Amino acid sequence: MTEVKVDRKIDIRGDVCPYTFVKSKLAIEELKSGQVLEIILDHDPAVENVPRSMEADGHKVLGVKKIGKKEWQILVRKA
Amino acid sequence: MIFKDAVGATETNVDLQIATVKNLITALVEKFGQQFGEKIIDPKTRELRRYINVFVNGKDIRNLQGFETRLKEGDEVALIPAIAGGSDFLGFTQDQIVRYSRQLILKEVGGMGQRKLMASKILIIGAGGLGSPAALYLAAAGVGKMGIIDSDKVDLSNLQRQIIHSTKAIGKAKARSAKDSILALNPEVDVVVFEERFEPENALDVIKGWDFVVDGSDNFPTKFLVNDACVLKGIPFSHAGVLRFVGMTTTIIPHKGPCYRCLIKEAPPPGVVPTCQEAGVLGTVPGVMGTIQASEAIKFIIGSGDLLVGRVLYFDALGMKFDQFELRRNPKCPSCGDRPLIKDLSQVDYGTVCRVRSR
Repeated sequence: MTEVKVDRKIDIRGDVCPYTFVKSKLAIEELKSGQVLEIILDHDPAVENVPRSMEADGHKVLGVKKIGKKEWQILVRKA
Repeated sequence: MIFKDAVGATETNVDLQIATVKNLITALVEKFGQQFGEKIIDPKTRELRRYINVFVNGKDIRNLQGFETRLKEGDEVALIPAIAGGSDFLGFTQDQIVRYSRQLILKEVGGMGQRKLMASKILIIGAGGLGSPAALYLAAAGVGKMGIIDSDKVDLSNLQRQIIHSTKAIGKAKARSAKDSILALNPEVDVVVFEERFEPENALDVIKGWDFVVDGSDNFPTKFLVNDACVLKGIPFSHAGVLRFVGMTTTIIPHKGPCYRCLIKEAPPPGVVPTCQEAGVLGTVPGVMGTIQASEAIKFIIGSGDLLVGRVLYFDALGMKFDQFELRRNPKCPSCGDRPLIKDLSQVDYGTVCRVRSR
């Protein structure tokens, strides 16, 4: 996971579902196929919801990592 | 010293003996309380949250002396969270993300489709039974600019189906009443009002510059005029008509499919087909058809799906069924045919059966 080159990062700490997913989706839309989006969030349910929704859209979730007390990093490769 | 919050909505003059940024934050937490404090200071580490940036006179304190940056009289201090409420996210405000969230997550809409909608210009001809739902749904979807043309005033007998108007709007110009409702629903829409009839004399001026037209008119002369004007100017439009329990609709992309005159060459003589005024109409019928027209307008703007081009959709509310019929372009169509007769709206007599005048 540390080897992955991130093409775009969004920090959506403070956002709750479903806006975590809405923003993740808006951000990944801007990328080209194969590029990687890094999402930083702190809303607990989103840690499961965002990766699930991203996979439902066909993208590849490269990893979900806890990086702080309440903070998570999600890496997604665009389909 | 002036302290501004993230969006500059509140300004506070902090009149304290403050020497550094650290002193200021301590003073702010005292002034605004624990809840505010926890937003900016992590209670466990006692440090500023990592996603908050502090600027002194527009300069990031990381490039100054950090928390020990000295402050003097007149300095402006701003605490800005990384990307959060208030600020723009990829060109959308937080309110827009929330308002349009249910369609932003549709793959066929997304951010790109929403930006297209917000940049689009749609004209609604007639703020009646068809125009009411069409205008409301288009406003709700975030169409950037909307034109409403109608010369009538709101009448009590309209309210059974013309849901954009309210009882207290009776007597008011329909175009203005529609504008009020649109803005109440979505103040972001730029609404242009035409308090006039759509006539051969103004038709080309009125339709100029719009990306898509929704024909919500209630009479044959206007429907033929909308068709001929849009075909002449190459403006895509949605046609619909309703009577009693039935409605029909089709979408016309001039020269890329058939037009309304390919379906009906000229209007039936007066009295042959009754009007809604004579024959009645169930309010939900224009509701369904106008909503379909709005769906077509949205699909055209975002460039997704199959439009009702070359197809006539027929709705029967009593039998509760939809049927569709194929419609082909008529090479001899006076409006969109290979050698169109209508090169100028003055060639058509829109007074009765909308026939092209013989020369």
